[in-house]
Amino acid sequence: MDSSALLAEIPRLRRYARALLGDRAAADDLVQDTLERAWRQLMQWQVGSDLRAWLFSIMHNLWVDQLRRPVLPTQAIDGEDFEVPTRPTQADEREVKDLESALCLLPDEQREVVLLVALEEMSYTAISAMLGIPAGTVMSRLSRGRERLRLIMDGQQPRLKVVR
Amino acid sequence: MSNHLISETDLHAYVDGALPAARYVELENYFSVQADDAERVRAYLVQNQAVKAVFRAVLDEPLPENLHALASPPARAMLARPFLARWSLQRSAAGFVIALLGGVAGWLAHGQDSPPESVARLTPLPRQAAVAHAVFSPDVRRPVEVDAEHEDQLVAWLSKRLGTPVHPPRLGELGYELIGGRLLPGNTGPVAQFMYHDGSGQRLTLYLSTENASNQESAFRFAREGKVNVFYWIDGKFGYALSASIDKDELARVAKVVYEQIERK
Repeated sequence: MDSSALLAEIPRLRRYARALLGDRAAADDLVQDTLERAWRQLMQWQVGSDLRAWLFSIMHNLWVDQLRRPVLPTQAIDGEDFEVPTRPTQADEREVKDLESALCLLPDEQREVVLLVALEEMSYTAISAMLGIPAGTVMSRLSRGRERLRLIMDGQQPRLKVVR
Repeated sequence: MSNHLISETDLHAYVDGALPAARYVELENYFSVQADDAERVRAYLVQNQAVKAVFRAVLDEPLPENLHALASPPARAMLARPFLARWSLQRSAAGFVIALLGGVAGWLAHGQDSPPESVARLTPLPRQAAVAHAVFSPDVRRPVEVDAEHEDQLVAWLSKRLGTPVHPPRLGELGYELIGGRLLPGNTGPVAQFMYHDGSGQRLTLYLSTENASNQESAFRFAREGKVNVFYWIDGKFGYALSASIDKDELARVAKVVYEQIERK
């Protein structure tokens, strides 16, 4: 793992974290934790193996740890005071916000799989290996996540779907 | 038509371009008669594109400084954190056992969805050495923490941290000059790495650990991790590993010289 290889992965880690958490600052914190842990756990990295997959699995583990931690009650600061321009063009802001907030409405484990497929174009088997879940579970999370996202974007209430 | 053979998985594989080429026609025939599924698949295709479009801009955002800095090996203080943490755990053995049991119990309780990060796994010497070599030897900006110009300081610092005198062997007769060295986290405590290079820029590292508890000795052993060749041996509490992406025979020649110099001390 040399610096340039690692540097090249950071934008993708940030993009995925942003989509997963829906919050810029929290996403970059997660990326920072991921990189720090990667340096500390170098010994677990197989030389010559897929650096990206390894980094994503570290990020996944950290994120799962975060979800398990009890949430402290916090007071939201008024976002207007700290507005950061996130995109050069704001024309499609409404649509963007809609999809972003729709993604946030998905259950965490469904959002994760939908994003790994749609954003990272990771194969189903790679996701199964990375998350340590059977291929069938990957498919059911993907299937439910996509359908729910579609219904939310259509303005419908996602219904509970009876499977078989 | 074999509609009954089209599964939900097939529909998603179609969306994600993950079907064998021969099956696309079959699916498209299926969509011509199954309007609902066809519409759903179209919506998923749009969804994929929309998700990418929404977050594409993140890829072009300038990296915050803290993340940019983390692309390079972090400073000593940060790398030192895990083994200090582990060391203090070991000082209170009970605490360590409780933490370990807690980890295992937590894992069992949470089921299969999230494999735990391994708890205090011991990494074999040649692997540690090969990874350390692969990580630091290509680094142009900061391959070592203390360079050969300050060899006195390097020797004093590493000897102090490892709790035993350590000296970089002289490999000039083989064409390898010392670049410098660094301290790294091993399984349970600090380990040292010396780095050398020859006239062509080929780098070679000597990894030196003092954490071999079983106090046995071993003959020369050879291991290969990816492109890195490693010769290693154990001598009392010391473990030595010489790593480079060079021919096995040449590496053996260097290893023999290193071994002889260390034995003479």
